[in-house]
Amino acid sequence: MSDVRLPVLPTDAPPQEPARLLGRFKPKLLLHEDHDLCPGCGEPVAIRLLLDVVEELGCAQSSIGVVGIGCYTAFTSAMDVDLVQALHGRAPSVATGAKRMRPDTLIFTLQGDGDMVNEGLQEVIHTAARGENVTCVLINNGVFGETGGHMTSTTVLGQRTKNSLEGRDAAYHGHPILIGDLLAPLGGTAYAARGSVHDAAAVVKTKNMLRRAFEAQLEGRGFSFVEILTMCPTGWFVPTAEGPDYLNRVLGAVHATGELKNGERLVTTAELVSEQESGREG
Amino acid sequence: MTRQLLEGSAAMAEAAIAAGCRFFAGYPMTPFTEVLESFAEKLPTAGGVCINAESELEAVGMAWGALATGARAATGSTGQGLSLMQESLSEITRAELPLVVFHMARGQGDYYQATRGGGHGDYRQIVLAPADVQEAVALTQLAFELADRWRNPVHIYGDFLLAHTAEAVSIEPPSGAALPAKDWAVDGTLGGTGRSRNINPIGMQKGVKGIEPERFWRRLQAKHDAMAESEARVELEAVEDAEVVVVAFGSLARTARYVIRELRREGQRVGLVRPVTLWPFPSQALAQAAAGARCVAVLEQNAGQMIDDVRLALLGAAPVVGIGDISSDDAGFGVGPIFDPDEVRRRVVGALSTSEVRV
Repeated sequence: MSDVRLPVLPTDAPPQEPARLLGRFKPKLLLHEDHDLCPGCGEPVAIRLLLDVVEELGCAQSSIGVVGIGCYTAFTSAMDVDLVQALHGRAPSVATGAKRMRPDTLIFTLQGDGDMVNEGLQEVIHTAARGENVTCVLINNGVFGETGGHMTSTTVLGQRTKNSLEGRDAAYHGHPILIGDLLAPLGGTAYAARGSVHDAAAVVKTKNMLRRAFEAQLEGRGFSFVEILTMCPTGWFVPTAEGPDYLNRVLGAVHATGELKNGERLVTTAELVSEQESGREG
Repeated sequence: MTRQLLEGSAAMAEAAIAAGCRFFAGYPMTPFTEVLESFAEKLPTAGGVCINAESELEAVGMAWGALATGARAATGSTGQGLSLMQESLSEITRAELPLVVFHMARGQGDYYQATRGGGHGDYRQIVLAPADVQEAVALTQLAFELADRWRNPVHIYGDFLLAHTAEAVSIEPPSGAALPAKDWAVDGTLGGTGRSRNINPIGMQKGVKGIEPERFWRRLQAKHDAMAESEARVELEAVEDAEVVVVAFGSLARTARYVIRELRREGQRVGLVRPVTLWPFPSQALAQAAAGARCVAVLEQNAGQMIDDVRLALLGAAPVVGIGDISSDDAGFGVGPIFDPDEVRRRVVGALSTSEVRV
């Protein structure tokens, strides 16, 4: 039996090229870039898009974020916008209370799939149905990343997690919830979209979705929602470099990206009544 | 001073609005229902918002968000609904938000729930227990003041009788005690300045990586210790030479007060200690009042909950007997036969006759 030979990195000489700074990508609304998120994590990309859009819309000094509990929570201390830390799942209600007291402020939530779709599903549905003029942002990686890769309500069929070791089985574990598709048809929802951060084109599209969602809020059109599919190679147990491809191929196949709704404005009860009456006359 | 005939629930809502409460969210449940109805009716015309929340979980969450912006806000419920809210109540305490909770219980069986809470971690909340509608008005306004002063939730413990009894009350805007500025509140204006805020229950600080839970929890505990030191409130009646000191709170204390006055007129040496704050419990005042008594009789409408606090206050200095009981109407709303003065009299007289003379 021969010994296993592992590759050895040469450390006896300096690298051929010195390290080079390729670009500065720090958003203006980030206090520092120091974080403990895993290599290959998609959450910082999503948060960066969120902060960039807040800044670009000129809302840096008129925004309040309500954040949930997940891997991203520790990183929120670096976000230079006013924040309220909510309980797991409860951000949409906290956002509701804040918006009702400060209607001229841009109010958004930042939640993961475990937070929004597991623990707080009724919160987000009711907030959407109420047509609450807030924006809920979901960063969806299909696992509880913070606990180490456990099944959530958005985990796709066949996906292996620490509590679906042989892959999520519909008969045993049930089916995933496509939350964007659930929220889009509700009367109070003005805008709903699902983006991804698996490649540059998807990142650009997702940023536009965030902008349209915030615009819907600023125009007072009702509830807006953006779901962002993000990489979690650690929680998926795949090599870091394969994260983006796995996201697109596995999660993206079920949670299809694109705009789900872009409504003009909410229809008032009075308009519905007059519509009904004119229908009766005609 | 204008006097109006108001039910307790309407009076508390009006008192809250006069105190500047501008946000309320709740979910109907007897006997909290009429408190919610009153806010729904009165808040919008006062420039506020009342949301009929989809559950108690949403109600307390919405109040949380309103409080974070610096508004005076309240919620409330009945035992079961408050059980649902416990996770938020404990976290809101750690986020140091001045929530006022209308704790409209079905009787007095929720004494433990109000004074201990069912949430996680070390936390404390002030509990005010009015005995009548005018006092409910005063304590509602005090609740908002104490909540702001300590940046801590304050409960008002009421019941079916308080909610539904109409009494002549006057409601004036509160005197406006000097309170600390709400410079901690988020209004969105500090984004991008490097001084943005983060209202959170774990001691996170902007720009600082990591948290220091132990230090944070110790700081909160020091605040709760200071609250316990300074906020105990009590009403004493005829305790100076009392052989039997009755301890009772809320609506039942009203019946107890009537009975004790009656027995005093007959020459019986009985007195009443009525905790106005259930937390902090007025332990010192009770210990002093009971110093010469041969017996302390705890009258409460439950299987024996406040009696624990009485025993802790006295530490064996006087014998403690429970003269309360589980007592309810057929609907379970907590309006039981124990509220009958004859029934209370029988129980107090029983304590007078059976308690041994101390030598």
